[in-house]
Amino acid sequence: MTADTGRQRRETYSLRRREVARKLVANRDGLLVVSGLGQPTWDVTAAGDHPLTFPLWGAMGGAAMVGLGLALARPEHRVLVITGDGEMLMGLGALATLARAGPRNLAVAVLDNESYGETGMQESHTAGATDLAAMARAAGIAAATTVAEEKDVAAAVTRLRRDDGPVFVDFKVRAETLPLVMPPKDGGVLKHRFRQALATAMEYVKD
Amino acid sequence: MNPTAEPSRRPEWAEDVHRVLTANRVRQVAYVPDAGIARLIVLCGEDPAMVSVSLTSEEEGVALLAGAALGGDRGVLLMQSSGIGNCINMLSLARTCEFPVLMIAAMRGGDGEFNPWQVPMGQAAADALKLMGARVFTVDDPAAAGAIVDAAARTAFETETPAAVLLSQGMIGAKTFEH
Repeated sequence: MTADTGRQRRETYSLRRREVARKLVANRDGLLVVSGLGQPTWDVTAAGDHPLTFPLWGAMGGAAMVGLGLALARPEHRVLVITGDGEMLMGLGALATLARAGPRNLAVAVLDNESYGETGMQESHTAGATDLAAMARAAGIAAATTVAEEKDVAAAVTRLRRDDGPVFVDFKVRAETLPLVMPPKDGGVLKHRFRQALATAMEYVKD
Repeated sequence: MNPTAEPSRRPEWAEDVHRVLTANRVRQVAYVPDAGIARLIVLCGEDPAMVSVSLTSEEEGVALLAGAALGGDRGVLLMQSSGIGNCINMLSLARTCEFPVLMIAAMRGGDGEFNPWQVPMGQAAADALKLMGARVFTVDDPAAAGAIVDAAARTAFETETPAAVLLSQGMIGAKTFEH
């Protein structure tokens, strides 16, 4: 019963993950992006491969913490972590760590399709009663919300891009299998191109 | 004796290690508390040139230091040996992308250990790190702590690799529950 209800719900969300990802990184200027493994990395790449995106191909559960280290190192830049529900669920402790560290320039967007997209679309815990935004709030991230309607997306993107962090938004997106759009896979290449772009990115920084 | 009140036989080693971290331009200090490194955590926490990040679990620290390195910061992860087990898969990130991850772990489960639950991970810690490709340094003499942490820091930051310093129980003293 629970499984059937969840399956129906996750396939009916009106938000489409690729479109949300495109809006999250539009006009990105000096925005630094860390994407969680699997579909979020393909979504962000589909929006335009960029040297100031660090797309994870592994390190499941670590995306938000990579974002925190980057945000502390580069306080003059906005850092946006774009990850999935399964990836976030594996590193839930990071929500408490982010709340305690309190980085003003860090935001986390979860593209929550209530599914493990790379392994056969098995339901994740968010297909049931688990509410990631409520967990983030309980962990101490006051600015944590769930967005499931198109009319709320623009304001959520603005919060993620501009408001004092840490900001957390759980986007409920339709469970769907989309074409793979892959960034470079070589970790050294991804690291070096990011650093190189960062070294010359000051011209993008806005206050 | 309360071990949390007197975490080290030679508290000055913590000052030595803090000086070495400063000299190596370490800024981000990630930690999960442990009695054996309590003094070092305090020294780093009081240092205005450092940013301390309290973790819920040690693998968060590996990911944090990867992000720090991506942004040009140097960092260190301070933990107990049991936390090394929590780091294992996340060390893939450090290996694949060649990120410097400097770790300092207070050992448990060795000579004089009173708690059998600490023994399996403590005894496997060095080998587990090596299996994941980390360089492993061991400190038995508190007077050598600074020099060994310096060598590990140089290895981590100059060759962009994970490097761990294990502080032996012979050095920091075996924890007891005697009060």
